[in-house]
Amino acid sequence: MADRFDCRVAFAATLEHVAERDSRIVAVVNDSVGSTHLGAFAKRFPDRLVNVGIAEQNMVGIGAGLANGGKIPFVCGASCFLTGRALEQVKVDMAYSKANVKLCGMSSGLAYGELGPTHHSIEDLAWTRAIAGLTVVVPADPAETAQAVRAAAETEGPIFLRLSRFPVPEVHPPDYQFRIGAAAVLRPGRDMAIVANGTMVCLALEAAVLLEREGVSARVINMSTLQPLDRAAILDAARSTAAIVTVEEHSVRGGLGGAVAEFTATTCPVPMRILGIPTFAPTGGTEWLFEHFGLTPRAICAAALDVLETKVRL
Amino acid sequence: MVHRARLGHPGGDLSAADILVSLYFGVLQVDASQPRSPARDRFIMSKGHCSAALYTTLALKGFFAWEELAEFMQPMSRLNGHPNRTALPGVEANTGPLGHGFPIAVGAALAAKMDHAPWRTFVLTGDGELQEGSNWEAIMAAAHYGLDNLIAIVDRNGIQQGAPTETIMRLEPLADKFRAFGWAVREVDGHDCEAMQKLFGATPFEPGRPNCAIARTTKGKGVSFIENRAEWHHRAPTDAELAAALRELGEDSHG
Repeated sequence: MADRFDCRVAFAATLEHVAERDSRIVAVVNDSVGSTHLGAFAKRFPDRLVNVGIAEQNMVGIGAGLANGGKIPFVCGASCFLTGRALEQVKVDMAYSKANVKLCGMSSGLAYGELGPTHHSIEDLAWTRAIAGLTVVVPADPAETAQAVRAAAETEGPIFLRLSRFPVPEVHPPDYQFRIGAAAVLRPGRDMAIVANGTMVCLALEAAVLLEREGVSARVINMSTLQPLDRAAILDAARSTAAIVTVEEHSVRGGLGGAVAEFTATTCPVPMRILGIPTFAPTGGTEWLFEHFGLTPRAICAAALDVLETKVRL
Repeated sequence: MVHRARLGHPGGDLSAADILVSLYFGVLQVDASQPRSPARDRFIMSKGHCSAALYTTLALKGFFAWEELAEFMQPMSRLNGHPNRTALPGVEANTGPLGHGFPIAVGAALAAKMDHAPWRTFVLTGDGELQEGSNWEAIMAAAHYGLDNLIAIVDRNGIQQGAPTETIMRLEPLADKFRAFGWAVREVDGHDCEAMQKLFGATPFEPGRPNCAIARTTKGKGVSFIENRAEWHHRAPTDAELAAALRELGEDSHG
């Protein structure tokens, strides 16, 4: 089995690296130095880390104010609270204001496992995707996380980086170049397409291997930028495969599946299956919950075969 | 302009007008020809619903043409019901939902501190607005970080949308609350421009502490039939009321 990595390590190391070269970069945390892995940043740049205590609304507002004062704030906290608690600040202070704030939602999705639905962040993509002008990025592995942090620092404007702490393998080739708004086809395929992001991309790649054994050629697309959506990549997948399965560590409503369905329904309707989390989770660890909700290579494979049947019947 | 738009918040506009004039004409270091100059003082209008008062002040200061005030809340106008910094020069923050301006001001003041820059940050909040919890998160943080370059002005007119603040949700003893959070607090007549300019000119009130000025104001100041009447929180005057108001204010009816 390939080595697996906690993407927070790449996140923190890259933030430190970009901060070293650009003095405008500051971090804002909500008593979350440990969970965001920013201990080293805090030691190195003690005057450039603002700990607001447990106060997410204030935290996002302070981020907007720092941006007004010429800083590039990376506002970091557990995604569930950062988005849910401060959503109006994200909408108004960041997006509507076009503030140069980088919102970093840590431990998103089901990362908190047994801590339960209060701590799961499975609505954050739907919430943030509904906000105009807010870029939404969900990196899939350490290399993409690092490049996304760098892109966020270098690109003017509000962005939501949705990060996980669930260990994932490298899914990209060494020469991979992340670009905001560009999907990556990680595996070619002609019979159907699996569109995934974040922690689900590695599972989608494994599912494609299973499908190959069934004689199905599955394309795997890493849709790491959820907003703006890479419409060309989706349109091409819809036209050339005519069957799509989306997989996300998020609610089945309003996230990646919703985005792809909204677009294909109005341009090139094709049979789809939307894999994700349909309800508040029962008690269980992250991996157990992935199994429980069918977020596994086997379940993705089954959904792909199922959508192919619909396609054939049509 | 509220009359023309048939929309607005004249009560709060009039209670804040003298505060805005005091700041923009004698306190704030801002240059209308360079609205995004990094060294400018920041003024954040947290009570964004009083946009008519803010727009009038910004136009007087030269951020945009006086004639544009006639477009207040008209289709496609830059003068939205609530201020939009991406559309209109001079606006520092998009406000409207209450309790947003204070945290933004704390962030701006922190940025100045990090840069050891001399510019100051002012935030004007309504009093009813202080019922939003986000303000108190910001008030706590400002004291924790010793932001003596931050000046919060509370437009203490005593009336919120529906009724007196003390009936809806008690704020008093407000000065003691700010003091208990670590702020230096002064009370001032919010319609005495000279007193306010003197006060705002001499910050920090106490070194190392953020500054709070509780400005005692009258909602609807200057117009007898609007003063202290909650129903004027969100209501436009009729033709007759406008004429009567302008007579009381000693203006001709060009606005």
